[in-house]
Amino acid sequence: MTRGTIRVWYLVHKWTSLICTLFLLMLCVTGLPLIFHDEIDALSGEPDSMAAGGPPSSSDAPGLKSLDALLGTVLANAPGQVPVFMAFDNDTPLMTITTAPQPDSSGADMTIHVLDRATGEVTGRESEEGVMHFLLQLHTDMFMGLPGMLFLGVMGFLFFIALLSGTVLYAPFMRKLDFGTLRVSRSRRLRQIDYHNLLGIVALAWMGVVGLTGVINAAATPLRQMWQMDELAEMTLAYAGQPPLPPSRYGSIDKAMAAVRAARPGNNPQFIAFPGGGFSSKHHYAVFLQGTTKLTEHVLTPALVDGESGVLTDIRQMPWYMVALSYSQPLHFGDYGALPLKILWAILDLFTLYVLWTGLLLWLGKRRAGADAHVREVESGGLVAAAE
Amino acid sequence: MTGKSRNHVRSLRHIFGAPLIIALLSLVGLVSALAGDGAADWLSWAALLVPPLAVVWAMRKHRR
Repeated sequence: MTRGTIRVWYLVHKWTSLICTLFLLMLCVTGLPLIFHDEIDALSGEPDSMAAGGPPSSSDAPGLKSLDALLGTVLANAPGQVPVFMAFDNDTPLMTITTAPQPDSSGADMTIHVLDRATGEVTGRESEEGVMHFLLQLHTDMFMGLPGMLFLGVMGFLFFIALLSGTVLYAPFMRKLDFGTLRVSRSRRLRQIDYHNLLGIVALAWMGVVGLTGVINAAATPLRQMWQMDELAEMTLAYAGQPPLPPSRYGSIDKAMAAVRAARPGNNPQFIAFPGGGFSSKHHYAVFLQGTTKLTEHVLTPALVDGESGVLTDIRQMPWYMVALSYSQPLHFGDYGALPLKILWAILDLFTLYVLWTGLLLWLGKRRAGADAHVREVESGGLVAAAE
Repeated sequence: MTGKSRNHVRSLRHIFGAPLIIALLSLVGLVSALAGDGAADWLSWAALLVPPLAVVWAMRKHRR
């Protein structure tokens, strides 16, 4: 690798890292407790995580209450509200019904009611407050909505370029060193560089996957809007131009679910989106079906049912970009392999924090040195320290 | 290592050999728990344990 090439990659690594580091530090710090949010919620007694006995609410097992009856209970206690979502669980009979003043109300105006589908009782409201919710908001959009989300997506992309350029610089740096070399006794700077390189290279694949899936998750809203305008509009073409279906004419959810189950026996719903919101047309119940195997359960297939008559309009597989989004969620959250996977996620998150932190210290330590001096430091495997 | 001087220039294959194996194992670990439960989970945990173990190994064997 020529000196000029190293110089270019050094500058790419320096600037992409510098711009994203502060935000990535925040993401790693807030992400750490979020890995364990199920366990933390359970300890603090959140209603939706308390064990409730009975068949899972996403199934059609006998003994589960009718969805129409549950919706009636919720609406009776929420005057002036219309239903916007119904979401189900694969482990417990608990489910949620979300209501809002309008079918297209924003998330901030929504109320999430938690119900037990085995008993038919409303068990509480999902709190939009508390430390975990604060951390999640900070991690997702820094309380700035879509612009904040997209901004963090760009930071994630810069982080990915920093990983890439760091990997390129690893080659000239390690030219005369064995894998795993840790020179701890010569100088603090050499020790920091060696640890920065070792932790960075061993966690590279994990950081790359969690970083890139974070970028895809940050683009969730535009991706969903693209699907809604494109595929969903195509599926419901026959309804184009009709006035929106008013909530007073919404038909039976149980009838709609029965139509979907008849067409796709064996598939359980993850959630149902009501007409007029961001996940359906203005005339349909959109039933999002889970796959039937562990590998495909994350990939949802929308079944569109006429919101008034309960007749199935169309079922169509999600386009590739929505499938990518479906897999990006578990791969980013690390919540798909029980507690040991979460612990490994936390260890690798701490590695990432350490790499970011030592990277920052390495820059701070020699920030007045020119690029040439830094290139010589890379070329010599850290032996020639960057001069002031 | 193999009796050569400590300062000999390593090939790219030598430099990226261990990192590539660790990266491939990490990817296996990331995907296998998505694909199934039980044995697939165990494979995932074992494979993703490799990066931290590599650091422990380096701290024990390569500190100088």
